Amino acid sequence: MSELIKITYREALKAGIREALLNDDRVFLMGEDVGRYGGAFAVSKGLLKEFGEDRIMDVPLSEAGFVGAGIGASLAGVKPIVEVMTVNFALLPMDQIANNAATLLHMSGGQLNVPVVIRMSAGIGKQLAAQHSHSWEPLFAHIPGLIVVSVGTHEDARGMLHSALNSPDPVIIFEYTSMLNMEAEIPTDSGSTDISRAKVRREGKDISIITYGIGVYKALEAAKRLSEKGIDAEVIDLRVLRPLDEACFLKSVSKTHRALLVEEAWSTINVSSEVSARIMEKAFYELDAPVKRLGGIEVPIPYPLHLENASVPQVEDIENAVIKILRP
Amino acid sequence: MTREEIQSAIFELLKKTAPDTDPTSLKPDENIREALNIDSFDALQFLVALNEKLGIDIPEEDYGKTATLRSLTDYLEARSQ
Amino acid sequence: MTEFLMPSLGADMEAGTLVEWKKKPGDQLKPGDIIAEVETQKGLIEIEVFEAGVLEEYLIEEGDKVPVGAPMAKLRSEGTPEKIPEKDSETHPIQEKEQVAESEAPVPTASISKERPSEDISSEEKDSEEKPRIKASPLARSIAEKNNVDITGITGTGEGGAITKADVEQAMAGKKELPKPSPETATEKDTMEKEAESETPSKQVMESPAPSSKHGQQESIRAAVAAAMSRSNRDIPHYYLEKKIDMLAAMNWLKETNRQREISGRLLPAVLFIKAVAKAIDSAPALNAVWDNGLQLKNEVNIGFVVSLRAGGLLVPAIRNADTKSPEEIMVALSDLITRARALKLRSSELSESTITITSIGENGADKVFGVIYPPQVAIIGFGSIVNEPLVHDGMLAIRPVLHVTLAGDHRATDGLTGSRFLEALNNHLQNPEKL
Repeated sequence: MSELIKITYREALKAGIREALLNDDRVFLMGEDVGRYGGAFAVSKGLLKEFGEDRIMDVPLSEAGFVGAGIGASLAGVKPIVEVMTVNFALLPMDQIANNAATLLHMSGGQLNVPVVIRMSAGIGKQLAAQHSHSWEPLFAHIPGLIVVSVGTHEDARGMLHSALNSPDPVIIFEYTSMLNMEAEIPTDSGSTDISRAKVRREGKDISIITYGIGVYKALEAAKRLSEKGIDAEVIDLRVLRPLDEACFLKSVSKTHRALLVEEAWSTINVSSEVSARIMEKAFYELDAPVKRLGGIEVPIPYPLHLENASVPQVEDIENAVIKILRP
Repeated sequence: MTREEIQSAIFELLKKTAPDTDPTSLKPDENIREALNIDSFDALQFLVALNEKLGIDIPEEDYGKTATLRSLTDYLEARSQ
Repeated sequence: MTEFLMPSLGADMEAGTLVEWKKKPGDQLKPGDIIAEVETQKGLIEIEVFEAGVLEEYLIEEGDKVPVGAPMAKLRSEGTPEKIPEKDSETHPIQEKEQVAESEAPVPTASISKERPSEDISSEEKDSEEKPRIKASPLARSIAEKNNVDITGITGTGEGGAITKADVEQAMAGKKELPKPSPETATEKDTMEKEAESETPSKQVMESPAPSSKHGQQESIRAAVAAAMSRSNRDIPHYYLEKKIDMLAAMNWLKETNRQREISGRLLPAVLFIKAVAKAIDSAPALNAVWDNGLQLKNEVNIGFVVSLRAGGLLVPAIRNADTKSPEEIMVALSDLITRARALKLRSSELSESTITITSIGENGADKVFGVIYPPQVAIIGFGSIVNEPLVHDGMLAIRPVLHVTLAGDHRATDGLTGSRFLEALNNHLQNPEKL
């Protein structure tokens, strides 16, 4: 019988890191300001004191350098958790990630695994403007050889890192800045996340809302409001964006016959594009309405709050889109 | 039918064909089609209208005799006798 | 349910102003019926319908100016039952708001908004062009198929009137007898729909007033010609051919036949030109076509005839199916078209359905005319005035009535050889006027 604890997303992330450090002494955290400063978003605050400089490693401001070093370290048998401060900086080590981490298993004829874990703060919603607000999940999910996961709930914030560290392949973890202060109750023994599976967060029979990351709680809230209007929406958290767990959402669509795909990333060629294509290819005859996508407006993310809010799907948008599909 | 009646019929129908012109200002020996800028289709329509109004048939080989105000009036006057 | 759209009456038309509805909601329509009068750059045009059905609802009002392709009215095709009121009369207030969803709110720059996937266009357009395809969801279709249900009679309640699973299941349950809408509910629904629609871009009523004065009309015709010809010159790589044609036989035949005709029944040489062009297309069908991302041959031979207006500018109404008409019928059609063109009173089909164009200088004009192709067509045939010229005939120099015919062809679509074959065939037909 498990107890519930109230915890912020930030604390959940930190708990995940701490548990990993405690469980396996090959694990260490490296990144800009993760040590003395406690992390740009205070996720690793206090860990330096607890684990020391060998395990909580501040690195120079050179993403290409330290991500490359992390990849190298993972090849040598240790287990680095590399933190890239915010997702926009992740383009600097993109060469290391796409051309080394993702390819070495293939190019070594299966001799070299790259069990590196790279975490980054992503998403929109903290008025960080176009400098630090990005939804680059689709960029990474495009690359074969990577495992790309998205932390949409508190449970996963704590449980995903453990599974990521156990993966023999490079894992990219997207965490969301705007959710750091959000509180939720999770079971004390929620355990590790299965990062090969999507998760049905809410069951319903009228429509499948398929989303990930920040979209998960928004979709759940929309589903709650819709239930008051007599609409029973199912909410699916894709959770792993590569490789996609298509069995999960195809099963759901075959039940509800309708799908709304929600994400913050720009609409053209995003994760929803791929999900939509797979539904069309593999569940066409189950569809009772065209699949609709609700994505980010294709602009650099604006600074003013009202414009920032308008640039990504909100709960009301999800609600309205569902109603439009069900009651045209 | 008097020469005046014939002329006024001509003016009336020309005005209908080319409303933006003033047929009464035509000089007697001026080429009507050139002066009033009337193309072959409108020229035929004009002759059809004359035929209807005056009851005078104009065979195609006589079209050449209808080129000026004077020759047309002469021709119609002769044919109306 | 189909939407009746503002037709395009040529490549240059952007918008039209509804002047008068000629049919009322509830009226039966058959193909060819005039549904409305629309003021365009080319004058007051009578707009025809091409499908049988019933006019269900006006979507714009008299005086509205809307762009080409904008819905003007809703038509119910024959066989579909009348619209039924929503099952639960309780309406959902959110429905009216209809915001965001797929259109995902305004985007600041034009280039970005253009790239947004536009989803609703294709199906609508195809539906109005071809036989109306029944819109049904894949699931609804497969359920209907499994249960041997004919979906043609089912009224769709899904997006854009698509038949959904629920509609098929309802039809299977035999709940076919549905109450007709009472006047109250109908109007309520109408206004609701109107409100919802007024937010969609399809019913954007354009601001600028339509040209109403005669003078303004001429100016706008000038502007329409300018736009079409600029586009043609910019987009179409023209090639030019010319053929000198001995017209003695044709002129003799015309003189003879006209001698036997009442003045009102006499034929103009243009009739022979039109008929000869229509027949010559047999030898070069690729010239009777439009270029729209590739060559699209046309089955009907609808000959656009350039009519110049006294105040300048020109209109190109079509003589439809000229290949099947006798010279007498062509003369009747031509008289009617020219008269109405000059009065700026043409019908929509006459302005939109030409497949090839003829321009004829008439008597006493220039010897040759080299045309500019009217897009999206691919050829224009130019007839100069017939003049007496020295001509080698049977090895002797003779004075003969000579016609200079030119062809301007779209080199993307055809080559000079095709054009040459056409002009040769045209010559042969004009040498045998009695067979035209």
